[in-house]
Amino acid sequence: MIEKGSWVSIRRTLLEPASRTGRLPDETKETPFVMWVKGRLEEAAEIGAPVAVITRTGRRENGVLEAVNPQYQLDYGDFTEELLFIDDQARKILFGGDARG
Amino acid sequence: MAKDMSYEGVMSRRSDIIKASAGIDFSVFERGGAAFDYEAMMESTGYTLDKVREVQSNASVGNTPIIELRNLTGLARIYAPAGNGARIFIKDEAANPSGSFKDRRAATAVYHAKRAGYKGVIAATSGNFGAAVASRAAACGLKCIIVQECYDSRKSGQPEIIEKARKCEAYGAEVVQTTVGPELFYLSLRLLEETGYFSASLYSPFGVAGIETLGFELAEQFRARIGRGPDVVVCTNAGGGNLTGTARGLEKAACKAQIVGASVNLVGLHMASDIGFNKKSFTTGHTGFGIPFATWPDRSDVPRSAARPLRYMDRYVSVAQGDVFYMTELLANLEGLERGPAGNTSLAAAFALAQELPMDAVIVAQETEYTGAGKHVSPQLSFARRNGINVAFGNPEGEVPGQSIILPETPDKLKVREIDLSKLRLSLISHAKEMAAKPLEDDDAAFLALETRTDLDFVRNALKS
Repeated sequence: MIEKGSWVSIRRTLLEPASRTGRLPDETKETPFVMWVKGRLEEAAEIGAPVAVITRTGRRENGVLEAVNPQYQLDYGDFTEELLFIDDQARKILFGGDARG
Repeated sequence: MAKDMSYEGVMSRRSDIIKASAGIDFSVFERGGAAFDYEAMMESTGYTLDKVREVQSNASVGNTPIIELRNLTGLARIYAPAGNGARIFIKDEAANPSGSFKDRRAATAVYHAKRAGYKGVIAATSGNFGAAVASRAAACGLKCIIVQECYDSRKSGQPEIIEKARKCEAYGAEVVQTTVGPELFYLSLRLLEETGYFSASLYSPFGVAGIETLGFELAEQFRARIGRGPDVVVCTNAGGGNLTGTARGLEKAACKAQIVGASVNLVGLHMASDIGFNKKSFTTGHTGFGIPFATWPDRSDVPRSAARPLRYMDRYVSVAQGDVFYMTELLANLEGLERGPAGNTSLAAAFALAQELPMDAVIVAQETEYTGAGKHVSPQLSFARRNGINVAFGNPEGEVPGQSIILPETPDKLKVREIDLSKLRLSLISHAKEMAAKPLEDDDAAFLALETRTDLDFVRNALKS
């Protein structure tokens, strides 16, 4: 059970595929137009339940409870060998043989 | 009775919502069929260049340094014909409070919203503009909602956009994220109607007037440094506001620099495709916005866009995604400047264009942007690989958007591709004819000549064919 007042993320389908605008490629037309927003949970609820939240601007929004204490999933990616090659090659061209700048 | 919140219902109230939220009645500038009074619209805000400078200065926005890139210039000269290889500069717009030139646009818009008594601001953007609006709103004590197209239908999001959401939330903004689709505009209208907040549109006169200072500063800074203005100014082009504002500012400083637009080539990728969305590595500054907005500026979220790049563009080129990532790496390693990839689109083009110009010429890429987790070469290339994109060294000429990212195998492989301005101009005229409320008259032809930087003969011939 997620407690009342928790910081959560909710999801709401704003437009079902049939209600979307006509000017869409086929692969998009088949999907709903979905919205996510974060806020404080109004009442205790389980993940997946329909809930209401109060957002940062004080608006009340409804949706399905998706996550509690949502994290930013961000990093610097995988090691990228190509970047070392670019660096070494450019320095060699510009500064010569074993110069390292 | 409850309001009709369906797509059609909200869109039918579009003009009333915009009128209430934009702080401008656009209808008073209309002049018949295709024409409207662009200059009157730009002046109607009351924000002169001096006033904008004052507003920005109070917000610590602008007056960013120009930096000469001596090593990149040296590298370009190795590949340039004898006697060629212009001096390459950047304007380090990453030095603005939220890390990009977008602070200039946001400063005027948010200042105006505050002065006009709005309680909050809303902007629909996945890019740096959101961070800029959120930053200014924070400083002005206004509430802020940023609406972002962020995820595909599997909730996989571009690392660059997720970083932008983090940054907006760091400034206290509410971030509303959506799946792929032009209905982003529908959601923005819903939120504007619900909250009564000010619409900080990228395309309003407030926003574009905010960038004029960038062009004006360029002229002033180069005059102080080298005794004259720059010869060529390269502007990354997406919605057209960056180029339009910069060119207007240069014009106001009586600087005759050649204005070159540069976009990342994403030709062939549909911008509203749920599949294509995560197959691209650039979320803005690309041809998917650059070309449609140049040829039909009024497709934006205001009835008449202040961003009208074909009025000012002397030349338009594209570069490959691989060229821009490569240039970002060179900037870090040869100049000690780690900046965000998207902001280096114009610099990638400048590196190639410098080789066409004599050594005593000066070319400037007029922006940089901040970098960080997600918004950086390595996470963006990693994300591309995870989405099935082939990342390899070779000739970027052969890059296929949505399939490959080709990094130049040697610096000489970084080239620009010309985008035919005549075609874009004809396309703008044909759009204007299509969209006009009534048959075009002489006034419209004169307007279209200004819109396309051509003359009456060009427009009349285009209208006949």
